[in-house]
Amino acid sequence: MAGPVAFFAVFFAYPVAAIVARGLKTGGNWQFGRFGEVLARSDIQHVLWFTTWQALASTALTLLLALPGAYVFARLDFPGKQLLRAAVTVPFVLPTVVVGSAFLALLGRGGLLDEALGLRLDTTVWAILLAHVFFNYAVVVRTVGGLWAQLDPRQEEAARVLGAGRFDAWRRVTLPALTPAVAAAALMVFLFTFTSFGVVQILGGPAFATLEVEIYRQTAQLLDLPTAAVLTMLQFLAVGAVLAVHARTVRRRESALRLTDPARTARRPRGAGQWALLGGVLASVAALLLTPLAVLVERSLDGPGGYGLHYYRALTTLDARGGAFLVPPIEAVWNSLEYALAATAIAVAVGGLAAAALTRRAGRLVRGLDALLMLPLGVSAVTVGFGFLIALDEPPLDLRASWILVPLAQALVGVPFVVRIMLPVLRAVDERLREAAAVLGASPLRAWREVDFPLVRRALLIAAGFAFAVSLGEFGATVFIARPDRPTLPVAVARLLGRPGELNYGQAMALSTILMAVCAAALLLLERVRGSSKTSGEF
Amino acid sequence: MPLLRLDGVTVRFGGRAAVDAVDLEVARHEVVCLLGPSGSGKSTLLRAVAGLQPADAGRVLLGDADQAGVPVHRRGVGLMFQDHQLFPQRDVAGNVAFGLRMHKVARRERDRRVAELLDLVGLPGAQRRAVASLSGGEQQRVALARALAPEPRLLMLDEPLGQLDRGLRERLVVELRDLFGRLGTTVLAVTHDQGEAFALADRVVVMRDGRIAQTGTPLEVWQRPASAFVARFLGFDNIVDATVSGAAADTPWGKIPVPDGSPQGARKLLVRPAGVRLVPPAEGLRCTVEARTFRGTHVAVLLRPRMPAADGPPLEAECPLRDAPATGAETGVVFSAEEAVVLEGE
Repeated sequence: MAGPVAFFAVFFAYPVAAIVARGLKTGGNWQFGRFGEVLARSDIQHVLWFTTWQALASTALTLLLALPGAYVFARLDFPGKQLLRAAVTVPFVLPTVVVGSAFLALLGRGGLLDEALGLRLDTTVWAILLAHVFFNYAVVVRTVGGLWAQLDPRQEEAARVLGAGRFDAWRRVTLPALTPAVAAAALMVFLFTFTSFGVVQILGGPAFATLEVEIYRQTAQLLDLPTAAVLTMLQFLAVGAVLAVHARTVRRRESALRLTDPARTARRPRGAGQWALLGGVLASVAALLLTPLAVLVERSLDGPGGYGLHYYRALTTLDARGGAFLVPPIEAVWNSLEYALAATAIAVAVGGLAAAALTRRAGRLVRGLDALLMLPLGVSAVTVGFGFLIALDEPPLDLRASWILVPLAQALVGVPFVVRIMLPVLRAVDERLREAAAVLGASPLRAWREVDFPLVRRALLIAAGFAFAVSLGEFGATVFIARPDRPTLPVAVARLLGRPGELNYGQAMALSTILMAVCAAALLLLERVRGSSKTSGEF
Repeated sequence: MPLLRLDGVTVRFGGRAAVDAVDLEVARHEVVCLLGPSGSGKSTLLRAVAGLQPADAGRVLLGDADQAGVPVHRRGVGLMFQDHQLFPQRDVAGNVAFGLRMHKVARRERDRRVAELLDLVGLPGAQRRAVASLSGGEQQRVALARALAPEPRLLMLDEPLGQLDRGLRERLVVELRDLFGRLGTTVLAVTHDQGEAFALADRVVVMRDGRIAQTGTPLEVWQRPASAFVARFLGFDNIVDATVSGAAADTPWGKIPVPDGSPQGARKLLVRPAGVRLVPPAEGLRCTVEARTFRGTHVAVLLRPRMPAADGPPLEAECPLRDAPATGAETGVVFSAEEAVVLEGE
C-alpha cells in the first residue's frame, strides 16, 4: 500500500501541485482571485462550453453507435467474431495522434472523401466527434457487452413465461441489469473525451479547443502559467466529480446479478431483425473503425511516384534541410519501445501492488483510493508533463536529465488500467486457498507465489499489454519531457504533421502505421491470451 | 502430556464471543470430534488452533509449546477445509505434493509419498488427473491425502464429509476411522452430524454457543446426555419437566420409572423413543396417534396424550412396522426405566 501511495505522491501529486502553485502563487500568497479573472474571459468561456458539449455529444454518439454493437458481440454468434472483437479494440489502444492522423487522411484536405466527393470535415466538429466514437467504441462494447454476455437469458425467459412481451421482458429485466454498466461506460467515454488532447490538437484546427488543448496552448505557447493553473484546477474538479459518480455506479454494479458463462448465451442470428442488426453493426464498424485505419495505411504507401515504401525509406534518413529532427525519425521506434517497456514494468509493479492492497482491505478509505487511482486518466497530461519539468529538477529528485522521466510519466496513465484489470481477478481468488497453502507450510509470500500468481498470471499479462499500449501512445506528457534527440513515436508523428509538405505528411502516415502495427500486434497477442480466460477486466 | 491443550481460548467477533473460554485437551493418537449446531463456534476453534484466527484470550499449546506468535505455516498442523479448497490450477499430484514441497522434500521422495498416499486414500494412479474432473468423493480423498502428506502432528478436519451424499458418507467414515487407527494420527474434527461424530471419534465434545456442553465417549454422550440441549441436539424430543424422587419421576405423562441412582429433585427427563412401549388403550397412558413416519427399520409414531395428561407435550414412540397403529387410533403407553435419563442441566 505504501509503495503505490508514495509513487503517486511523488510523481503525480507533487508535480501537479508544483505547477498549480507556480501559477497561482505570487510572493508567497495564493491568488485565488485569478479564478474569477480567467473565468470572466470570453475565450475561456468558449473553451469550457465547447469542451463540455463536445464531450456530451461524443458520449451520446458513441452510445448510439456502440450499444447495438455491444448486443451483437454479446448475444449473436457469427464467423470471425473473435477477430472482429480484437479489431474493434485496436482503436482504443491506438495513440491519439494516430487516430488524429487517420481521420485527417480520411476527412482532411486531399483525404479520401475530399478526393472522392469533395467533402472535407477536418475543419468541422464532426471530425472530432467521429474520431471520439472511433476511439471509444471498444469501451462500450467491452464494458456493456461483457456484462450483457454474462446475463442469464433465463431471467428474460422467466419474465416471458410470466406474461411479458419480448420488449417488455427486455425493458424490465435486462435493461435494469445493464443500466449500471451503461452508466459506467458512458462516464468513462465522457472522461476520455472531456480531456481529449491529441485528437483535438490535430483535427480541431484553430477553431476548436478543449480544456486540455487550451492548457497546452497557455503553457507551451503563451507561457501564461496562471491561466494554465486555473484551467488545470477546473479540469481537476470536473474530473473528480465525474470519477466520484463513476465510483458510485461501479459499486452499484457490484450488486448481485445472476451471471453465467458467456459462451452459452450467444446464438446464431435468427429472423430478419437480428440479421439486419448484425449487418448494420458490421457496416458501421467497417465504415467508422476499419476505414480510417485502412486509409492511414494507404496514405503511407501513396508516394509521389505511385505506391511504394518511399515514405518508410525517408524515415531512416536525416532531413538535411533543417528538418524537424536531430535524428532519423525511425529512431523514434526504438525510443518508444524502450520507454514503453520501462513504463510497463513500473505500471505493473505499482498497479499490481495497489490492486493487491485493495483486495486485502475494505472500507471507505480503500474505495477512496480506488477512485484516486483513476485520477491520472483525467488529470491534464500536459500539466503532469510540465509539472515533471519544474518539480523534479532539483535535488534530491533531479531527474531532468534522466531518461527515466518519460517512462515515469507514461506509467502514470498505465497504472489505472493495470488496477482495473487486476482488481476483479484478484478479488475472485478465494481467501481460503491461501489459508490452505499456509496450513500446508507456505509462508505468506510463498502462498502468494503458489496460489495467487498462477491464477492471476493471465490477467497480469493482459494488464501489462494494455499498459504497454497506452504507454506507447502517451502524448500529452511525453511531448513536454522527451528530449529533442530522443523523440517517441507519437511525438515524432505530431512534429511531422506540424510541418508543411508532402514528404512530412507521408512520413507521419508511415510512422503512424508503424505505431498502429505495434499496438495491434500487442493487442492480438493479448486476445489470444484472453481467449481461454473467463475473467477479464472492464476494458 | 496432551498433544494439544487449550487454556481458556476465546475468540470474539465484534461483541459476540464465538469461542468462549474453552478448555480442551487432545491426547496423542486420539480422535476427537467437536459436535454442535452451526454457529456454535466449532470451526472458529479449529481456525484458532491452526493460527488462521487469532485468539482474543487464552493459550493454544501444541506439545507444550505456546503457539502465540507462531505463524500458520510453522505450526505443523494439518487442516482439511469444509469444501476441500483444492488448488484448481494444479493436478492431483500437484495438490498432494504441495505440503511436501513447502517442507523441501526432495523430488523423488515426494513422488514416492504421493503415490503411497493416493494408494492409501483409494485413488491409485490419479496423479495426473485435473482437480476439476474429480467427483465430490474423490476431491475429498485428494484433500485428505494433501492434508496427510506433510505428516502433521495434529490433523484437523472441518466438516470432512459435509457435502457428500449419504451412502458415500457412511462408507468414508468407516474408511477414515480405519485409516486414522492404522496411522496413529491425532485428529480433531468438526461436524454437525452426530452419526458421523459417533462413528469417527474416540471422544466427542458437544459445543453450544462457543462453550463446551458435554465431553465423553460416544457411548457416554449417547447414553447419558448432560443436558436437555445435548439431548435435543442428538435428536431426542421426548423431554419433559419432572420431579424425581427415588426410582420414579413425576411428569405430565404420569409417573415414569427411572434408573436407580438418578439425580433427585426438579429436573428434565428424557425418555428415548425405544422406551415408549405401545399397549392396549385400557393399560397405561391413553394417547391418540397423530402421525406415523416410516423410518426403514421401524415406524416413528407421534402420540398426543389424552386426559388426564392432555396438557402434556406430544410423545414419540418407536415400534416395529407390523405393530404400528393407524393415524387417529387410540393406544396406551407404558415407559421402561432403562430408556429414561434424568438430565442434569438445561
